[in-house]
Amino acid sequence: MGNALIIAEHKDGKLRSVSLPAFAFAKDYAGQRGGEFHILVMGHNLGSVVEEASCYGAAKVHVADNEGLGPYLAESHAAVAAKAARDSGAEVVAATATAMAKDLLPRISAKLGAGMASDILGFNDQGYFQRPVWAGSAVVDTEITTPFKVVTVRGTEFEPAPKVASGGDKADVTVDLDFGSLKKRFLNFEEIKSERPELTEAAVIVSGGRGTKGEEGFKLLDRLADIFTAAIGATRAAVDAGWVPNDLQVGQTGKMVAPDLYFAIGISGAIQHLAGMKSSKVIVAINKDEEAPIFNVADYGLVADLFKAVPELVEEIKKVKG
Amino acid sequence: MKIFVTTKRVTDPDVKIKVKPDGSGIATEGIDYKVNPFDEIAVEEAIRINEKQGGEVVVVSIGSGASTKEVRSGLAMGAQRGILVKTDDYLDSLGTATVLKKIVDDEKPDLILMGKQAVDGDNNQVGQILADMLGYAQACFASKIELGDDQKTARVTREVDGGFDHVEVDLPAVITADLRLNEPRYASLPGIMKAKKKPINEMELSSLGLDTTPKVVWHKFSEPAERKAGIKVPDVPTLVSKLKDEAKVL
Ligand SMILES: Cc1cc2nc3c(=O)[nH]c(=O)nc-3n(C[C@H](O)[C@H](O)[C@H](O)COP(=O)(O)OP(=O)(O)OC[C@H]3O[C@@H](n4cnc5c(N)ncnc54)[C@H](O)[C@@H]3O)c2cc1C
Ligand SMILES: Nc1ncnc2c1ncn2[C@@H]1O[C@H](COP(=O)(O)O)[C@@H](O)[C@H]1O
Repeated sequence: MGNALIIAEHKDGKLRSVSLPAFAFAKDYAGQRGGEFHILVMGHNLGSVVEEASCYGAAKVHVADNEGLGPYLAESHAAVAAKAARDSGAEVVAATATAMAKDLLPRISAKLGAGMASDILGFNDQGYFQRPVWAGSAVVDTEITTPFKVVTVRGTEFEPAPKVASGGDKADVTVDLDFGSLKKRFLNFEEIKSERPELTEAAVIVSGGRGTKGEEGFKLLDRLADIFTAAIGATRAAVDAGWVPNDLQVGQTGKMVAPDLYFAIGISGAIQHLAGMKSSKVIVAINKDEEAPIFNVADYGLVADLFKAVPELVEEIKKVKG
Repeated sequence: MKIFVTTKRVTDPDVKIKVKPDGSGIATEGIDYKVNPFDEIAVEEAIRINEKQGGEVVVVSIGSGASTKEVRSGLAMGAQRGILVKTDDYLDSLGTATVLKKIVDDEKPDLILMGKQAVDGDNNQVGQILADMLGYAQACFASKIELGDDQKTARVTREVDGGFDHVEVDLPAVITADLRLNEPRYASLPGIMKAKKKPINEMELSSLGLDTTPKVVWHKFSEPAERKAGIKVPDVPTLVSKLKDEAKVL
């Protein structure tokens, strides 16, 4: 039927805005295939999630509200999602490529015997999905031949779906799982608290690499980030060194970002890092090595010692921004 | 305990890959192959567990005959034996997991360690799919693994958005490694010498009687849109004026 079912992500009783690009994908896809856009919400103590989810023009919001689904576990959520996919006449089951989706969607694909395409950038008239491979060095048109298709959507490639006021239909999903027989238990979530916007949502990102030499260097970046209410990002080298939390890693195996303005400071520009940020609108690089590969993708490159250049930059920008 | 660890032979992750001019695939001439970096981390973890608990680490790979090199490098790090399922065909994630499931059914390991992602196809799927096919729990993107005293469970810290997820899984389970799980050792010279005598059980995929017809088919490859080369600015004031007047981001 060409329906597209999107798994909505939520946190603390609120819809996560990371899901909006997947909603946009679903509208496009279902529109082109003559189907409907549906949303699936799974969890417990859902707060305003269902109401929020029904504001984006979905034909139906499927709700699996069960105490057992309170803690996220791929095992239980995949079973429920596969059932909802069958019941809703879905052709494609999708979600934005977050850590949760990367964990969950392949398990759904196994349950449905469905081929899966990860991190898609778009799709063409034939229904082939375009996806990056080899750290984004190539893009391949990918055909999924099974009746069900599972995809994760790269959030930066689809404009977040806008609210369209009217509340769509809602349907309950019956959950008949024996939660006691699950082979996994959720223990606890150790949250990394941050005052800053999320990397995938920020208009400006200030990223640092090994060149910052540690926490002190990152404090300089904080001052730059403060001016823009920017998110802080990092290379694997900076994360491995323990200077910043792991979920700030930008790149092939971290977060994919495309802000309006990206500062790469003390970052060499390895393939794996570029894979995650080279779609940014404007890239500024500060590096003391004029041969650093980051300069090949930077709109504005400054060959300088960051410990001198960043404080100066902070002052100059403050002057201009008033 | 018997630990399975999967390794895939992939193109050197640090080499920039080009697309063939006719778009039929990627140009592989002159490119080196290595063990998928995430799989090296999985091998390291398996060996560390083995050093503490005893038992056996088995390196399992699916790929061309040339993949014996990557299996050997796992043996050189300290694994005891290898299994190589040989094929020159492209397999998708369902196909790969189907083959791995068959080997698991035959050998019944207590734990399966894998990389979270192969850095060629960038799928991040096979571990999760295999876990579901086997009816096992999965613990993906692990940055820490602690086995229970009875070796019947494992506590795993997972790297996810906004923090760390702590879960406990019953064994056997599938655990996939993230970058921070450990730092893989280099194989020692004696390790490399010993590895030459360690057994690798090679078999042809076609002899296993499995249906691995791809459900995910790759058609045309293209180069991503390249960024236009930018400019170098001489100093901070010039940078700021460009950002303001040209890029209009201030
Ligand atoms: C499987 C795998 C996955 C990976 N995934 C990712 C990923 O997702 N994201 C990622 O970022 N990396 C990833 N990497 C790592 C990647 O290959 C690089 O090692 C890493 O990006 C390098 O980080 P860096 O630029 O901070 O460090 P370096 O490469 O060491 O560069 C530091 C730079 O700082 C400059 N510098 C030093 N001092 C100063 C100064 N005072 N002022 C100005 N500049 C200075 C130097 O000139 C240099 O260019 C991955 C690697 C592997 C193998
Ligand atoms: N051909 C293969 N042989 C052995 N292991 C594989 C193969 N393909 C994938 N894997 C394993 O599955 C993990 C995830 O791969 P992928 O889902 O393809 O990104 C890898 O890190 C490997 O451990």
